[in-house]
Amino acid sequence: MKMQHNKAWFMVLPMLLVVAVSAIIPLMTVVNYSVQDSFGNNEFFWVGTEWFQEILASERFHNALQRTLLFSGLILVIEIPLGISIALAMPRRGIAVSFCLVLMALPLLIPWNVVGTIWQVFGRVDIGLLGRGLSSLGIDYNYTQDVFDAWVTLIVMDVWHWTSLVVLLCYSGLVSIPEVYYQAARIDGASRWSVFRFIQLPKIKRVLLIAVLLRFMDSFMIYTEPFVVTGGGPGNATTFLSIDLVQMAVGQFDLGPAAAMSLIYFLVILLLSWVFYTVMTSLDNDSNSAGRGR
Amino acid sequence: MEGLLDLSWMAWTKPTAIFFIAIATLLSLMTVWEYFSPGGAPRVGLLRFETTRGDRLFVSLLGSAFICLGWLAFSSASLWIGLGFCVIYALVVFLWV
Repeated sequence: MKMQHNKAWFMVLPMLLVVAVSAIIPLMTVVNYSVQDSFGNNEFFWVGTEWFQEILASERFHNALQRTLLFSGLILVIEIPLGISIALAMPRRGIAVSFCLVLMALPLLIPWNVVGTIWQVFGRVDIGLLGRGLSSLGIDYNYTQDVFDAWVTLIVMDVWHWTSLVVLLCYSGLVSIPEVYYQAARIDGASRWSVFRFIQLPKIKRVLLIAVLLRFMDSFMIYTEPFVVTGGGPGNATTFLSIDLVQMAVGQFDLGPAAAMSLIYFLVILLLSWVFYTVMTSLDNDSNSAGRGR
Repeated sequence: MEGLLDLSWMAWTKPTAIFFIAIATLLSLMTVWEYFSPGGAPRVGLLRFETTRGDRLFVSLLGSAFICLGWLAFSSASLWIGLGFCVIYALVVFLWV
Protein backbone atom coordinates (compact mmCIF):
# COMPACT_ATOMS: atom_id res chain seq x y z
CA MET A 1 0.00 0.00 0.00
CA LYS A 2 1.40 3.39 -1.00
CA MET A 3 1.20 6.19 1.56
CA GLN A 4 -0.20 9.47 0.27
CA HIS A 5 -0.75 13.02 1.53
CA ASN A 6 1.39 12.50 4.62
CA LYS A 7 2.06 16.23 4.87
CA ALA A 8 -1.49 16.58 6.18
CA TRP A 9 -0.22 15.19 9.49
CA PHE A 10 1.64 18.47 10.06
CA MET A 11 -1.78 20.13 10.31
CA VAL A 12 -2.40 18.04 13.43
CA LEU A 13 0.75 19.30 15.17
CA PRO A 14 -0.77 22.48 16.72
CA MET A 15 -3.57 20.38 18.21
CA LEU A 16 -1.01 17.88 19.49
CA LEU A 17 0.76 20.75 21.26
CA VAL A 18 -2.49 21.91 22.87
CA VAL A 19 -3.30 18.34 24.00
CA ALA A 20 0.23 17.96 25.36
CA VAL A 21 -0.11 21.04 27.54
CA SER A 22 -3.73 20.50 28.59
CA ALA A 23 -3.83 16.71 29.01
CA ILE A 24 -0.53 14.83 28.74
CA ILE A 25 1.57 16.99 31.08
CA PRO A 26 -1.13 17.06 33.82
CA LEU A 27 -1.55 13.28 33.40
CA MET A 28 2.21 12.79 33.82
CA THR A 29 2.09 14.91 36.97
CA VAL A 30 -0.75 12.80 38.36
CA VAL A 31 1.26 9.63 37.68
CA ASN A 32 4.21 11.19 39.52
CA TYR A 33 2.01 12.16 42.49
CA SER A 34 0.47 8.68 42.67
CA VAL A 35 3.72 7.05 43.77
CA GLN A 36 4.71 9.72 46.29
CA ASP A 37 3.53 11.36 49.47
CA SER A 38 3.58 15.09 50.09
CA PHE A 39 3.19 17.24 53.18
CA GLY A 40 3.16 20.46 51.15
CA ASN A 41 5.96 22.88 50.30
CA ASN A 42 6.56 20.92 47.06
CA GLU A 43 8.37 18.13 48.94
CA PHE A 44 7.67 14.56 47.93
CA PHE A 45 8.57 11.16 49.38
CA TRP A 46 8.59 7.90 47.41
CA VAL A 47 5.95 5.39 48.55
CA GLY A 48 5.80 3.09 45.50
CA THR A 49 2.45 1.36 44.92
CA GLU A 50 1.15 1.94 48.46
CA TRP A 51 -1.62 4.38 47.44
CA PHE A 52 -2.88 2.06 44.72
CA GLN A 53 -3.11 -0.83 47.20
CA GLU A 54 -4.86 1.42 49.71
CA ILE A 55 -7.42 2.67 47.18
CA LEU A 56 -8.09 -0.78 45.69
CA ALA A 57 -8.82 -2.15 49.18
CA SER A 58 -10.87 0.89 50.24
CA GLU A 59 -14.59 0.38 50.84
CA ARG A 60 -15.13 4.09 50.25
CA PHE A 61 -13.73 3.75 46.70
CA HIS A 62 -15.77 0.59 45.97
CA ASN A 63 -18.99 2.26 47.12
CA ALA A 64 -18.34 5.42 45.09
CA LEU A 65 -17.51 3.33 42.01
CA GLN A 66 -20.71 1.29 42.40
CA ARG A 67 -22.78 4.45 42.79
CA THR A 68 -21.20 5.99 39.68
CA LEU A 69 -21.71 2.84 37.59
CA LEU A 70 -25.34 2.62 38.74
CA PHE A 71 -25.91 6.28 37.90
CA SER A 72 -24.37 5.94 34.42
CA GLY A 73 -26.34 2.73 33.77
CA LEU A 74 -29.63 4.37 34.72
CA ILE A 75 -28.83 7.45 32.64
CA LEU A 76 -28.12 5.36 29.53
CA VAL A 77 -31.19 3.15 30.05
CA ILE A 78 -33.45 6.23 30.32
CA GLU A 79 -31.87 8.81 28.01
CA ILE A 80 -31.08 6.67 24.95
CA PRO A 81 -34.59 5.18 24.36
CA LEU A 82 -36.22 8.47 25.36
CA GLY A 83 -33.96 10.45 23.03
CA ILE A 84 -34.69 8.11 20.12
CA SER A 85 -38.45 8.27 20.81
CA ILE A 86 -38.49 12.08 20.89
CA ALA A 87 -36.36 12.28 17.72
CA LEU A 88 -38.79 9.92 15.95
CA ALA A 89 -41.76 12.03 17.07
CA MET A 90 -40.24 15.36 15.97
CA PRO A 91 -41.55 16.93 12.73
CA ARG A 92 -39.34 16.65 9.62
CA ARG A 93 -40.58 19.72 7.74
CA GLY A 94 -42.40 22.99 8.31
CA ILE A 95 -41.99 25.78 10.83
CA ALA A 96 -42.36 23.39 13.76
CA VAL A 97 -38.87 21.98 12.98
CA SER A 98 -37.06 25.18 13.99
CA PHE A 99 -39.24 25.55 17.07
CA CYS A 100 -38.54 21.98 18.21
CA LEU A 101 -34.80 22.24 17.52
CA VAL A 102 -34.47 25.47 19.53
CA LEU A 103 -36.56 24.00 22.33
CA MET A 104 -34.34 20.92 22.39
CA ALA A 105 -31.12 22.93 22.32
CA LEU A 106 -32.11 25.19 25.25
CA PRO A 107 -31.15 22.87 28.15
CA LEU A 108 -27.78 22.20 26.50
CA LEU A 109 -26.93 25.91 26.59
CA ILE A 110 -27.24 26.16 30.35
CA PRO A 111 -23.96 25.79 32.32
CA TRP A 112 -23.68 22.82 34.68
CA ASN A 113 -23.60 24.85 37.90
CA VAL A 114 -26.65 26.86 36.81
CA VAL A 115 -28.53 23.61 36.10
CA GLY A 116 -27.57 22.42 39.59
CA THR A 117 -28.76 25.66 41.16
CA ILE A 118 -32.03 25.61 39.21
CA TRP A 119 -32.82 22.07 40.42
CA GLN A 120 -31.56 22.75 43.92
CA VAL A 121 -34.14 25.55 44.25
CA PHE A 122 -36.79 23.76 42.15
CA GLY A 123 -36.74 20.72 44.43
CA ARG A 124 -36.78 22.56 47.77
CA VAL A 125 -39.79 21.70 49.90
CA ASP A 126 -40.11 25.21 51.34
CA ILE A 127 -39.82 27.41 48.22
CA GLY A 128 -39.29 25.13 45.18
CA LEU A 129 -42.07 24.57 42.65
CA LEU A 130 -41.40 20.82 42.45
CA GLY A 131 -40.85 20.29 46.17
CA ARG A 132 -43.89 22.29 47.26
CA GLY A 133 -46.02 20.84 44.45
CA LEU A 134 -45.24 17.27 45.46
CA SER A 135 -45.76 18.08 49.14
CA SER A 136 -49.16 19.63 48.43
CA LEU A 137 -50.11 16.43 46.59
CA GLY A 138 -49.33 14.52 49.77
CA ILE A 139 -46.10 12.99 48.44
CA ASP A 140 -43.38 12.87 51.07
CA TYR A 141 -40.50 14.31 49.03
CA ASN A 142 -37.27 15.73 50.45
CA TYR A 143 -34.10 15.27 48.44
CA THR A 144 -31.89 16.58 51.24
CA GLN A 145 -32.90 13.84 53.67
CA ASP A 146 -34.17 10.90 51.63
CA VAL A 147 -31.74 8.79 49.59
CA PHE A 148 -34.34 7.70 47.02
CA ASP A 149 -35.57 11.27 46.52
CA ALA A 150 -32.00 12.52 46.08
CA TRP A 151 -31.30 9.89 43.40
CA VAL A 152 -34.59 10.57 41.59
CA THR A 153 -33.86 14.32 41.61
CA LEU A 154 -30.36 13.85 40.17
CA ILE A 155 -31.54 11.42 37.50
CA VAL A 156 -34.50 13.60 36.44
CA MET A 157 -32.17 16.61 36.36
CA ASP A 158 -29.66 14.82 34.14
CA VAL A 159 -32.43 13.51 31.87
CA TRP A 160 -33.80 17.07 31.57
CA HIS A 161 -30.33 18.48 30.84
CA TRP A 162 -28.88 15.90 28.46
CA THR A 163 -31.64 13.94 26.68
CA SER A 164 -31.69 16.80 24.16
CA LEU A 165 -28.20 15.85 23.04
CA VAL A 166 -29.36 12.32 22.21
CA VAL A 167 -32.45 13.75 20.49
CA LEU A 168 -30.45 16.16 18.32
CA LEU A 169 -27.91 13.50 17.32
CA CYS A 170 -30.61 10.95 16.47
CA TYR A 171 -32.65 13.58 14.65
CA SER A 172 -29.63 14.48 12.48
CA GLY A 173 -29.33 10.79 11.59
CA LEU A 174 -33.04 10.45 10.85
CA VAL A 175 -33.29 13.47 8.52
CA SER A 176 -30.36 12.16 6.48
CA ILE A 177 -32.31 9.01 5.46
CA PRO A 178 -33.42 9.38 1.81
CA GLU A 179 -37.19 9.31 1.16
CA VAL A 180 -36.82 6.36 -1.25
CA TYR A 181 -36.18 4.02 1.71
CA TYR A 182 -39.58 4.92 3.17
CA GLN A 183 -41.23 4.60 -0.24
CA ALA A 184 -39.79 1.10 -0.62
CA ALA A 185 -41.01 0.20 2.87
CA ARG A 186 -44.52 1.44 2.05
CA ILE A 187 -44.57 -0.62 -1.16
CA ASP A 188 -43.52 -3.69 0.86
CA GLY A 189 -46.22 -2.95 3.42
CA ALA A 190 -43.69 -2.69 6.25
CA SER A 191 -45.04 -2.02 9.74
CA ARG A 192 -43.95 1.03 11.79
CA TRP A 193 -41.72 -1.23 13.88
CA SER A 194 -40.11 -2.79 10.77
CA VAL A 195 -39.35 0.68 9.37
CA PHE A 196 -37.64 1.58 12.65
CA ARG A 197 -35.82 -1.75 13.05
CA PHE A 198 -34.56 -2.17 9.47
CA ILE A 199 -34.31 1.38 8.11
CA GLN A 200 -34.08 4.00 10.83
CA LEU A 201 -32.07 2.18 13.51
CA PRO A 202 -29.29 1.00 11.12
CA LYS A 203 -29.06 4.50 9.66
CA ILE A 204 -28.76 6.25 13.02
CA LYS A 205 -26.42 3.63 14.50
CA ARG A 206 -23.29 5.75 14.03
CA VAL A 207 -24.70 8.87 15.65
CA LEU A 208 -26.24 6.68 18.35
CA LEU A 209 -22.77 5.32 19.08
CA ILE A 210 -21.51 8.87 19.59
CA ALA A 211 -24.54 9.65 21.79
CA VAL A 212 -23.98 6.55 23.95
CA LEU A 213 -20.27 7.28 24.33
CA LEU A 214 -20.80 10.96 25.15
CA ARG A 215 -23.56 10.25 27.65
CA PHE A 216 -21.64 7.44 29.29
CA MET A 217 -18.42 9.40 29.68
CA ASP A 218 -20.21 12.54 30.80
CA SER A 219 -22.44 10.79 33.34
CA PHE A 220 -19.51 8.73 34.63
CA MET A 221 -17.56 11.95 35.25
CA ILE A 222 -20.52 14.00 36.56
CA TYR A 223 -19.47 16.40 39.29
CA THR A 224 -20.96 19.90 39.29
CA GLU A 225 -24.70 19.17 39.27
CA PRO A 226 -24.78 16.61 42.13
CA PHE A 227 -22.26 18.71 44.06
CA VAL A 228 -24.54 21.76 43.83
CA VAL A 229 -27.83 19.89 44.40
CA THR A 230 -27.02 17.32 47.08
CA GLY A 231 -23.34 17.92 47.92
CA GLY A 232 -22.90 14.12 47.83
CA GLY A 233 -25.57 13.54 50.46
CA PRO A 234 -27.71 12.58 52.25
CA GLY A 235 -24.78 10.89 54.00
CA ASN A 236 -22.70 9.61 51.11
CA ALA A 237 -25.69 8.41 49.05
CA THR A 238 -24.85 10.55 46.01
CA THR A 239 -21.08 10.80 46.48
CA PHE A 240 -19.91 9.75 43.04
CA LEU A 241 -16.28 9.05 42.19
CA SER A 242 -15.64 12.61 41.01
CA ILE A 243 -17.02 14.15 44.21
CA ASP A 244 -15.08 11.67 46.34
CA LEU A 245 -11.93 12.44 44.36
CA VAL A 246 -12.25 16.20 44.87
CA GLN A 247 -12.96 15.70 48.58
CA MET A 248 -9.79 13.63 48.85
CA ALA A 249 -7.56 15.91 46.76
CA VAL A 250 -8.80 19.36 47.74
CA GLY A 251 -10.67 18.78 51.00
CA GLN A 252 -8.20 16.45 52.69
CA PHE A 253 -5.17 17.46 50.54
CA ASP A 254 -4.26 13.76 50.18
CA LEU A 255 -2.56 14.28 46.82
CA GLY A 256 -0.99 10.80 46.59
CA PRO A 257 -4.14 8.71 47.22
CA ALA A 258 -6.20 11.14 45.12
CA ALA A 259 -3.74 10.77 42.22
CA ALA A 260 -3.87 6.96 42.49
CA MET A 261 -7.67 7.08 42.61
CA SER A 262 -7.90 9.38 39.60
CA LEU A 263 -5.65 7.05 37.57
CA ILE A 264 -7.85 4.04 38.41
CA TYR A 265 -10.90 6.18 37.57
CA PHE A 266 -9.29 7.16 34.24
CA LEU A 267 -8.50 3.52 33.40
CA VAL A 268 -12.08 2.42 34.16
CA ILE A 269 -13.45 5.17 31.86
CA LEU A 270 -10.94 4.23 29.16
CA LEU A 271 -11.85 0.53 29.40
CA LEU A 272 -15.63 1.02 29.38
CA SER A 273 -15.47 3.57 26.53
CA TRP A 274 -13.31 1.20 24.50
CA VAL A 275 -15.71 -1.71 25.14
CA PHE A 276 -18.72 0.44 24.11
CA TYR A 277 -16.94 1.70 21.00
CA THR A 278 -15.64 -1.72 19.96
CA VAL A 279 -18.94 -3.55 20.50
CA MET A 280 -20.95 -0.92 18.63
CA THR A 281 -18.52 -0.56 15.71
CA SER A 282 -18.29 -4.37 15.43
CA LEU A 283 -22.09 -4.58 15.28
CA ASP A 284 -22.02 -1.85 12.64
CA ASN A 285 -19.41 -3.70 10.56
CA ASP A 286 -21.32 -7.00 10.90
CA SER A 287 -24.57 -5.43 9.70
CA ASN A 288 -22.74 -3.73 6.79
CA SER A 289 -21.11 -6.98 5.66
CA ALA A 290 -24.43 -8.83 6.08
CA GLY A 291 -26.06 -6.13 3.93
CA ARG A 292 -23.40 -6.55 1.24
CA GLY A 293 -23.85 -10.33 1.32
CA ARG A 294 -27.54 -10.07 0.45
CA MET B 1 12.61 30.90 30.42
CA GLU B 2 14.25 29.43 33.49
CA GLY B 3 10.82 29.20 35.16
CA LEU B 4 9.41 27.39 32.15
CA LEU B 5 12.12 24.75 32.27
CA ASP B 6 11.77 24.20 36.01
CA LEU B 7 9.74 20.99 36.13
CA SER B 8 10.09 20.37 39.86
CA TRP B 9 6.33 21.04 40.27
CA MET B 10 5.73 17.84 38.28
CA ALA B 11 7.43 15.86 41.07
CA TRP B 12 9.41 13.64 38.68
CA THR B 13 10.93 10.40 39.93
CA LYS B 14 13.28 8.05 38.10
CA PRO B 15 10.78 5.12 37.88
CA THR B 16 7.97 7.31 36.48
CA ALA B 17 10.40 8.92 34.01
CA ILE B 18 11.46 5.43 32.84
CA PHE B 19 7.78 4.48 32.52
CA PHE B 20 7.00 7.45 30.25
CA ILE B 21 10.21 6.98 28.24
CA ALA B 22 9.15 3.35 27.67
CA ILE B 23 5.69 4.46 26.45
CA ALA B 24 7.23 7.13 24.18
CA THR B 25 9.72 4.56 22.81
CA LEU B 26 6.90 2.11 22.10
CA LEU B 27 4.95 4.77 20.21
CA SER B 28 8.07 5.78 18.24
CA LEU B 29 8.77 2.15 17.34
CA MET B 30 5.17 1.73 16.21
CA THR B 31 5.57 4.81 14.00
CA VAL B 32 8.73 3.34 12.43
CA TRP B 33 6.94 0.00 11.96
CA GLU B 34 4.03 1.79 10.28
CA TYR B 35 6.44 3.70 8.03
CA PHE B 36 8.06 0.52 6.74
CA SER B 37 4.86 -1.54 6.71
CA PRO B 38 1.95 0.89 6.21
CA GLY B 39 -1.71 -0.01 6.57
CA GLY B 40 -1.68 -1.19 10.21
CA ALA B 41 -1.89 -4.91 9.28
CA PRO B 42 -5.61 -5.29 10.05
CA ARG B 43 -6.86 -8.78 10.88
CA VAL B 44 -9.63 -10.58 12.74
CA GLY B 45 -8.22 -12.56 15.65
CA LEU B 46 -9.33 -14.23 18.87
CA LEU B 47 -11.74 -11.44 19.85
CA ARG B 48 -13.60 -11.81 16.50
CA PHE B 49 -13.31 -8.16 15.49
CA GLU B 50 -10.83 -6.39 13.25
CA THR B 51 -7.76 -4.91 14.94
CA THR B 52 -4.81 -3.00 13.56
CA ARG B 53 -1.42 -3.13 15.26
CA GLY B 54 -2.22 0.21 16.93
CA ASP B 55 -5.38 -1.37 18.39
CA ARG B 56 -3.31 -4.31 19.59
CA LEU B 57 -0.84 -1.98 21.34
CA PHE B 58 -3.75 -0.14 22.99
CA VAL B 59 -5.34 -3.43 24.14
CA SER B 60 -1.94 -4.60 25.43
CA LEU B 61 -1.30 -1.42 27.42
CA LEU B 62 -4.83 -1.14 28.81
CA GLY B 63 -4.96 -4.83 29.71
CA SER B 64 -1.51 -4.61 31.31
CA ALA B 65 -2.68 -1.70 33.47
CA PHE B 66 -5.57 -3.81 34.74
CA ILE B 67 -3.32 -6.86 35.27
CA CYS B 68 -1.07 -4.67 37.46
CA LEU B 69 -4.07 -3.26 39.36
CA GLY B 70 -5.44 -6.78 39.87
CA TRP B 71 -2.02 -7.92 41.02
CA LEU B 72 -1.84 -5.12 43.58
CA ALA B 73 -5.39 -5.84 44.78
CA PHE B 74 -5.20 -9.62 45.10
CA SER B 75 -1.54 -10.57 45.47
CA SER B 76 1.18 -9.67 47.94
CA ALA B 77 3.92 -11.00 45.64
CA SER B 78 6.31 -8.68 43.80
CA LEU B 79 4.80 -6.52 41.06
CA TRP B 80 7.66 -7.64 38.79
CA ILE B 81 5.91 -11.02 38.50
CA GLY B 82 2.72 -9.19 37.53
CA LEU B 83 4.75 -7.26 34.95
CA GLY B 84 5.96 -10.63 33.57
CA PHE B 85 2.32 -11.62 33.07
CA CYS B 86 1.76 -8.30 31.29
CA VAL B 87 4.56 -9.09 28.80
CA ILE B 88 3.09 -12.57 28.16
CA TYR B 89 -0.38 -11.01 27.74
CA ALA B 90 0.99 -8.40 25.28
CA LEU B 91 2.69 -11.16 23.26
CA VAL B 92 -0.58 -13.12 23.11
CA VAL B 93 -2.43 -9.98 21.97
CA PHE B 94 0.13 -9.18 19.24
CA LEU B 95 0.21 -12.80 18.01
CA TRP B 96 -3.43 -13.86 18.16
CA VAL B 97 -5.80 -10.92 18.70
